[in-house]
Amino acid sequence: MRDVTQIFHKLSERFAEKIVRLETQNVDPWIEVESTSIALVGFFLRDEADLLFRMLNCITAVDYPPSKIPDETNDWGRLELIYHLTSLDYGSRLVLKVVLPRWKDNVPGRLPEVPTVSPVWPTATWHEREIFDLMGVYFVGHPDLRRILCPEDWEGHPLRKDYEMPREYHGIPLK
Amino acid sequence: MAVLSCLGLLVLVGSAAAFLIWAERKIAGRIQDRYGPTRVGGRFGWLQSVADGIKILGKEDIIPASGDRLLFRLAPYLAFVAAFSWYIALPFSDRLVVARTDIAALFVVAVAGLEVYAILLGGYASGGKWSLIGGMRETVQVISYEIPLTLGAIIPVVLTGSMDLVAVGEAQKGGFWNWYIFHNPFAFLGFWVFVTAAAASLNRAPFDLPEAESELVSGYMTEYSGFRWAAFMLSEYIAIFAMCLLTAVLFLGAWHMPLPIFEWFGWKSGNSYLHYWMSHIFEAAIVATKALFGAMVLMWARWSLPRLRIDQVMIVCLKYCLPLGALAFIGCLLWQTLFPGGIFSAVINF
Amino acid sequence: MAKQQSILPAEQWESFDIQTEELLVNMGPQHPSTHGVLRLVLRTRGETVLELTPFIGYLHRCAEKIGENVSAQQWIPYTDRLDYLAAMNMNLGWALTVEKLLGMTVPERGRHLRVALVELDRIASHLVAVGTYALDLGNFTPFMYCFREREKILNLFEQISGARLTFSFIVAGGVRADAPAGWVEACREFLDQLPTTLSQVHHLLSTNAIFVRRTAGIGVLTKELAIGYGCSGPVLRASGVQWDLRRHGEPIYTSLYEDYHFEIAAPNPSGRYPPAEELPLPPPEAVVGDCWHRYFVRMYEIHQAAKLVRQALEKYEDSGGPVGSPIKHTHKLPKGEAYLETECPRGQMGFFVVGRDSPVPWRVRARSSSFCNLSVLPELCRGAFIADVPAILGSLDIVLGEVDR
Repeated sequence: MRDVTQIFHKLSERFAEKIVRLETQNVDPWIEVESTSIALVGFFLRDEADLLFRMLNCITAVDYPPSKIPDETNDWGRLELIYHLTSLDYGSRLVLKVVLPRWKDNVPGRLPEVPTVSPVWPTATWHEREIFDLMGVYFVGHPDLRRILCPEDWEGHPLRKDYEMPREYHGIPLK
Repeated sequence: MAVLSCLGLLVLVGSAAAFLIWAERKIAGRIQDRYGPTRVGGRFGWLQSVADGIKILGKEDIIPASGDRLLFRLAPYLAFVAAFSWYIALPFSDRLVVARTDIAALFVVAVAGLEVYAILLGGYASGGKWSLIGGMRETVQVISYEIPLTLGAIIPVVLTGSMDLVAVGEAQKGGFWNWYIFHNPFAFLGFWVFVTAAAASLNRAPFDLPEAESELVSGYMTEYSGFRWAAFMLSEYIAIFAMCLLTAVLFLGAWHMPLPIFEWFGWKSGNSYLHYWMSHIFEAAIVATKALFGAMVLMWARWSLPRLRIDQVMIVCLKYCLPLGALAFIGCLLWQTLFPGGIFSAVINF
Repeated sequence: MAKQQSILPAEQWESFDIQTEELLVNMGPQHPSTHGVLRLVLRTRGETVLELTPFIGYLHRCAEKIGENVSAQQWIPYTDRLDYLAAMNMNLGWALTVEKLLGMTVPERGRHLRVALVELDRIASHLVAVGTYALDLGNFTPFMYCFREREKILNLFEQISGARLTFSFIVAGGVRADAPAGWVEACREFLDQLPTTLSQVHHLLSTNAIFVRRTAGIGVLTKELAIGYGCSGPVLRASGVQWDLRRHGEPIYTSLYEDYHFEIAAPNPSGRYPPAEELPLPPPEAVVGDCWHRYFVRMYEIHQAAKLVRQALEKYEDSGGPVGSPIKHTHKLPKGEAYLETECPRGQMGFFVVGRDSPVPWRVRARSSSFCNLSVLPELCRGAFIADVPAILGSLDIVLGEVDR
């Protein structure tokens, strides 16, 4: 199954309102999935005989803080997780998107939560660690959620748009 | 006299090691399509080893804080002494030998195992885990290969009926058909077992696991610098030369020419003092040439073969070298009983 | 099947007469065979590795954060520094991603020049991989041979771009300049003498008994594991997956290669490769997915890439017109998101860009192939010998610049 509209309908049949919408205006069309059911959708996409998205290429997190996006109605901004999948058997590609609040319950400092997809695709283990490290997303059920690129005692999540570089790190001036 | 000959030997062996270090760089260069050293000393970089030595002496001497200071300092000298004590019993000709003993072969094989202590101590006293692993690998490897090495070395002893290396050398007189490598098929097999075991006990590639650059980062030598490192390095090359010398004496006709030209032209029968010494120095040059050829083969192998893994090294020893060495030994015993005098004389007599 | 060592369960260890303690050793971040600043913590028992944990991030240079502060064209030099051994391929990946977002196409002559450049860089990169792999296994000589050939490629790149390592030459919109006079001939000259070195390397490595014993059946990566861990490139293909983005990628990328002929370098289930030049046959000990096949896939790709460069040079000479012109630094990226993966020497390098009507992208993401290939290392090293760790790591062929970004 190569056509994204078909895949969208198939997913909608199976998961009903958990599949939020299909965006076809973009260069790469994407399907938005409700954050709580991403792992279940992942299992379905991987194992269903006419989908077989067995490879997870990449997980990307994009930060949209409230003030910098003029056309954004949500005052709290949002975080987007983008999953790029490939089916080696059918040669098809799929983009999934999950929209998260920037902070859980809109309390700054509490990381937004999303189920891990590492049981579905083991490669997600490191990708999710990276996103936790740089973007501050908590992956529920992740086997080993530690920082990966930054030192373990680093503070903050550098790829967030409102991140401020600390003045010093263990006495090393950074600015 | 003994002190004088020891001093002479020290100079000789030291310069042989320096030459081997230079030759190794040159040969490695040629194998890899490059020049190797070219500048120092005018042409061919022949003074490169001296320049290296001066550089090494200028290096900072570091003893790791986690190491054992006394043992750390002791290890390089132990290595040097172990490598050098080979030469006490190794003959260069039937007269040029520091101490001619009846148990020379036994002595040499026993001393060959001494280096283990130096390397194990060096690895342990460095206080690093990688160094320790390097030292342990060395111990396992050298002690295991002692057995096939001894089995190989015992063949010429059996064929001669003497442990005296001078007697072993003299028994191979009169042309290459008398060399023990060509004595009989079992001796030929024993020679290759001996060479393999020799390469392994010298830690030469493909058996250079104790100092495996890629995983152990030079193993026991990691923490050494300056003069101590040089002592390890020098003793390694001294041991290589000694082992090649031993191989030449045991199997490759010692100080005899491949064809007995001297005997044919009657040069050796002169009685003057000068003639006597010249002939011995010439014989020493012959055996040294054979040894250098052996060293070159070791270098050739080092620069063209990858390294074995530790279990593979042990498999080569226990599954191949040991049974083959035992076979060669027993075969030689039987051969010596049935047709004493070697395959060529057996064929001629038949 | 695989001759992989299995770890003994604890009670069997107890049954040995001689007990050894577990030792925790650090491999890296300064270690010759970790190919950069990678730190591996090994839990070993004797010479057996019980557990391996990689620690990365020592070369983290905030490339993605920088990408959010410079325009798309200005980020090209930063892509050079991701996989610095295949900078042309990195440039192309980012350039195509931006072009995909902009909906641009590049004139034919530029397209063929791009193919020639990236395939030359693929040869250079694989030569480094093979040479350093030989070094990992204790053989120094092939390393010198490979680096000599790579040096010639770098000279060619220097002639065309002025740089030897970080080219910034392929940019969104085309390439920076046309090839200088005599460059095509110099390339052909290089390609004519390349097979001699390759046959030497085959002789010293591919068929060498010790090399085969060190690599065949070691670190076997099954198809399922490889796909699950997102491995790509030679690592994925060596596991027997017939997948090469130059054939199976997105149209904007495959259109580069549409009229080129080459074989996908992947062994079939019985371990045989598509027949090509005079290559040695795989040794009987080799298992699909082991270190030997990962090494050999790279050698095979060098042969294929040399063929591709020849074709590209021919087509480049035959086609007229411009080679494309770089977009301006102030060129606005439209609103939208584009993701594109290209087949780089180390695997599928993906770039993701979010535009928002400004020359500066809102978000830039680099999906690193080495990052995913490295993540499978703990699986491969469990139960291996210490000496196998460099052998397995070297066969994955990572570049830390790309892992840490």
